[in-house]
Amino acid sequence: MSTTLVLLAVLMFLVTYPSRALGLLTPWLDRLPRVGFDYLQLVGPAILAALAAVSVMVVTDAAGKPSFHVGIEWVAVLACLGITAWRRNLLFGLIVAVLIVVIARGTGFAALPT
Amino acid sequence: MSAAGFGFVYGLSARDAGFSPIEAIAMSLMVFGGASQFAAVGYVASGLAWPAIVLLTGLLNARHLLYSMALAPWFRRVPLARRAVAAHLLTDEAFALSIAHFRRVGGTDEWGYWVAAIASTLIPWNVATAVGVVLGGQIPDPARFGVDIIFPSAMIGLSVGLITGRRELVAAFVGAGVGVVVTLVTSPAVGIVTGGLVGPAVGLLVPAAAARETAPLGTTPSAERYAMPGTHFDPESEPASARDEDAR
Repeated sequence: MSTTLVLLAVLMFLVTYPSRALGLLTPWLDRLPRVGFDYLQLVGPAILAALAAVSVMVVTDAAGKPSFHVGIEWVAVLACLGITAWRRNLLFGLIVAVLIVVIARGTGFAALPT
Repeated sequence: MSAAGFGFVYGLSARDAGFSPIEAIAMSLMVFGGASQFAAVGYVASGLAWPAIVLLTGLLNARHLLYSMALAPWFRRVPLARRAVAAHLLTDEAFALSIAHFRRVGGTDEWGYWVAAIASTLIPWNVATAVGVVLGGQIPDPARFGVDIIFPSAMIGLSVGLITGRRELVAAFVGAGVGVVVTLVTSPAVGIVTGGLVGPAVGLLVPAAAARETAPLGTTPSAERYAMPGTHFDPESEPASARDEDAR
């Protein structure tokens, strides 16, 4: 069984851990000015929304070139968003999103991702 | 559910890209970052050189610096060694769940962080990775079961739990828009980080009066407002006076 890529995993860890640790291990951060703290509180919604949007709106081809994508995934994610905001139930939203995609792909209404 | 579903899909993808189970699981344990692991699978499959993969991983995971900085004030009384361990477990899900929980209870709940990071994310992610990479060959077309939609749906659902006012809403919309546009002209790694940097800056332009939390943090009205979707808070299960007393 190959273990060559374990070294790659170690290298990836070495460039990831500093990003995770720097903020938590830097003592002066709790003395940030108010505007800095306010800014950091907005980071979560912004990044999570960016992750979701990029995941459903952008596809990359075999050459790695990104392009805009419109598909049933939009409907599924928006349904999850609406249900989560309305019912405050993320699990229910996830189930509905998955069902929308399964039904759309199963009936041939939407194509499978390549 | 997000970590398990996404981890399973990662395991499948890694298997298709030629990763052995040891390699796939090692990456899940050490990198523990879904988006960057998915990207790495694609990069390895396409034959990209390792230095480029490592560089792109660092860029894609740079968003954790912002998470880490946002959590820092809550962790200032936690011993250094435990903060160092907590840092490795910091993921999108752990951040969203724990910071919403801290806001809800009006203070740091270290145990809550470990539950969010380990029980809700680390364990399901790694177990699902193992299942995906070992058993994946028996599933002919996993996309038919909608597993690829779990990650973006979970991310948007988690962001809902963090949106408590106009500033957060503006930051989320701008972050998403900027993220997509920049991704289209550069790469997902650059787009996501740019969205995460620009969104909050624009969100801060919303006047403070319009964004101000009306209920003091730690009180029952504030807790209801900050409750994570589908998770902790049930105002019927605990008297408001007791909760407010705890918060004080």
